[in-house]
Amino acid sequence: MATTVDVNGRSYNVSSPPDTPLLWVLRDELGLTGTKYGCGIAQCGACTVLADGNPIRSCQMPVSALGAAKITTIEGLGGATPLQQAWVKLDVPQCGYCQSGQIMSATALLAQNAKPDDAAITEAMDGNICRCGAYQRIRAAIKEAAGMPSVAVPSPALAAPAPKA
Amino acid sequence: MNKPLNDIVRAASRREVLAVGATLAGSSLLVGCSLPTILSAGSPVKPGAFGAFLKFDPDGSVTVLSKHIEFGQGNHAGLAAIAAEELDADWDKVKVEQAPANAKLYGNYLMGGLQGTGGSSAIANSWKQLRTAGAAARAMFVQAAATKWGVAAGEVTVANGVVAHKSGKQAGFGELLADAAKVKPPQAPTLKDPNSFTLIGTPRVKRKDSGLKATGKARYTQDVHLPDMLTAMVAHSPRFGGKVKSFDDSAARKVPGYVATYQIPTGVAVVATSTYAARQARDALKVDWDDSKAEKRGSAEILQVFKDYASGKTVAPSGKDGWQPFSSHGDAAKAAGGTAAVEVAYDFPYLAHASMEPMNCVAMVGKGPARLMYGAQVPTLDQVNCAGVVGALPGSVEIETLATGGSFGRRANFQSDYVVECVHIAKKVGGGRPVKLVWTREDDMRGGHYRPMVHHTVRVTVDKDGYPATWRHRIVTQSIMKGAPPGSPGGKGLDTTAVEGAMGSPYLKATPVVDAQALTPDVGVTVLWWRSVGATHTAYVMEHTIEQLARKAGKDSVEYRRALYTKAGANRHLAALNLAADKAGWTTPAPTGWTRGVAVHESFGSVVAQVAEVKLENGQPKVGRVVTAIDCGTAVAPDQVAAQMEGGTCYGLSAALFGAITLTKGVVDQANFDAYRVLRNSEAPTVETYIVPSTNKPSGVGEPGTPVIGPAVANALLAITGQPTLSQPFVKT
Repeated sequence: MATTVDVNGRSYNVSSPPDTPLLWVLRDELGLTGTKYGCGIAQCGACTVLADGNPIRSCQMPVSALGAAKITTIEGLGGATPLQQAWVKLDVPQCGYCQSGQIMSATALLAQNAKPDDAAITEAMDGNICRCGAYQRIRAAIKEAAGMPSVAVPSPALAAPAPKA
Repeated sequence: MNKPLNDIVRAASRREVLAVGATLAGSSLLVGCSLPTILSAGSPVKPGAFGAFLKFDPDGSVTVLSKHIEFGQGNHAGLAAIAAEELDADWDKVKVEQAPANAKLYGNYLMGGLQGTGGSSAIANSWKQLRTAGAAARAMFVQAAATKWGVAAGEVTVANGVVAHKSGKQAGFGELLADAAKVKPPQAPTLKDPNSFTLIGTPRVKRKDSGLKATGKARYTQDVHLPDMLTAMVAHSPRFGGKVKSFDDSAARKVPGYVATYQIPTGVAVVATSTYAARQARDALKVDWDDSKAEKRGSAEILQVFKDYASGKTVAPSGKDGWQPFSSHGDAAKAAGGTAAVEVAYDFPYLAHASMEPMNCVAMVGKGPARLMYGAQVPTLDQVNCAGVVGALPGSVEIETLATGGSFGRRANFQSDYVVECVHIAKKVGGGRPVKLVWTREDDMRGGHYRPMVHHTVRVTVDKDGYPATWRHRIVTQSIMKGAPPGSPGGKGLDTTAVEGAMGSPYLKATPVVDAQALTPDVGVTVLWWRSVGATHTAYVMEHTIEQLARKAGKDSVEYRRALYTKAGANRHLAALNLAADKAGWTTPAPTGWTRGVAVHESFGSVVAQVAEVKLENGQPKVGRVVTAIDCGTAVAPDQVAAQMEGGTCYGLSAALFGAITLTKGVVDQANFDAYRVLRNSEAPTVETYIVPSTNKPSGVGEPGTPVIGPAVANALLAITGQPTLSQPFVKT
């Protein structure tokens, strides 16, 4: 039985079994591979997408349970949102595998709270694991995108002028 | 990691002979060839007009081929900058492309010629190579322009990708491309005076992949979708060393999308038409395991074995399987006598790497050369291991290295475990049909290759000023190098990966009598290097012991270390410590509620000093500001150095606070992030990075930031509570 899903403003009839997690429908059937598999049990946040603007873990969401929810994935952001620009400006990604999920969580945060304080950032972002530990740049990039003063961390990280080798 | 990697090379050589002998019996062509030559046999890769590292396009863009994998550590930015600097290229027009597997062209000379990324060696081993490549190409463009314009080559300049002459003539690389390609490359081009660097060492050296990674467009192994591709998952033995006795796949066969079941050396594999189907089918398998040769002990029992060896309750064998001395000098009998100022034991658990992208691989076997796509950390070793499965020359195994969601050491192992597993399955499927092997998080976390469990005992006596007079040290752990293929010399005698960091410590150098020994008994749990390898535990033991000694002596932590570094002639340690202490305001009071801890450690040729501000919150350590100083020689990409200090600190802190893999009756207790706790955003410190100015060639950056934070935090906790922290993780669950 076909299930209909609305992803990034487009309606799809998908043929995956109805209990298939949205994550695998996005990745295997729709070819939207920006959303990542990290843990499969909603612990790491790599699979985060938006359902009607709210962040959800797509690895735990059966496609049949979506109803009429409008899904937005990293591909649906367009590539140049203030958050994505800040991510590039501050070179946030390292391995990058978790970053789609990080950006989707941050997107939901800024949509609901244009000037989040540290506690709000923690609440929105603590479900997204980054094993590379890009956490402080993630926080800085959210503040950058929100037009808030960033954390005072020296950059470039030189104790003295460029080394003369 | 350099010494062990030489062992890998030797082991690979042996396997090579076997592989070649089995498939090309009688071929004499290969006899006597160097390892890189043999490995490259059959490889389609040919260097272009500008060598193996640079490609130029008519539009003026420059592509730097990276022989190293980018799995987060930022080396692609630095590697490109090294070539671009000598080339005087327009940095905005420089691109990075992953080089294919070819040991002859892309061997890592710090790994004895294997093509591989590890030991924090990417920038260091490419420094001269890419400078030379860039300078040679620059000279070719200069000569081409001089000939074309009829001027002296010495009058032609290059800046920001523009080749120019004072007469006003100028051209981009693209316009001169055809002519430059005909110029004979200079063998020993003149390299720049580092004083004239305009790119290296500046904040302009940014990552080239942030845009792809901020838009979901970077292509990881997990993202590969090929026509007709099957997805594979494998049921592995729950115990290390377990084998398949029998299996029942009747339920798996009923899963929609199921295609086939295969028994392979590592378990039972199912292939299916989608990831979800493969998962359901794999989970529906019923496998009866033969545990007769499996490791059936729990981690607590194994630790007790280690403790009994260290205390002398169990007598170790003599010879190469027995206690191995390191960094020892003076009369050992003295180290057992006197009154100990500090006598402590430390325990460290197994640790999973737990990269965000679990292990996976795509393979096509049975139609033309075997072809693989994945995050290849040591591709030419993987070639050797895969060649043995498909019966071909290693060099004929084509490997495309993709964007990779972390490794921290996991993707470099002697057996090429998950890669070979994928090739076995693809061989069964046959016909060149693409197979994507997917390990679930649970497979990955229970799949072994952990940082070994480690037990240290330390006993130190001091002189009248409170400085170490005698130092007795015992380390019991598993040997990483024993995982090397049969015949490798790595598993016998002292395994330096078990002691590095204690071995060579300036503190031991400054101590008149040292009796230090290590023992590596056999355990069936598979172990591997884990970001910073031996330093993950030795840095902790050395730095936390020194802190206890400093307190006993009633001396300031920084002053105490300074005295020992001065005595040991450890000038780089001293400089890094001084920079960190200065930037942290060590001599001024810490912010209200916070307590500072300091630690210093050298690994992979770089010295890192950290001052961490710590407090206890609900009984748990909370880490705030961490001031980091690093001497990594010439810092090619300073902002990426900072990124690695930030990330390495988080990785080390995660392990120190929460990391532990435990086993019960041989079965791993943790399977996912719900049980294997890792550092989250709110727990991450704010790391400030300062780079010690240096004229030395570059040294490691990816790993040295990891091992220092644990002891820095423990040393702050010692100041807060008065108690040493003698086991990790700090937070018991």
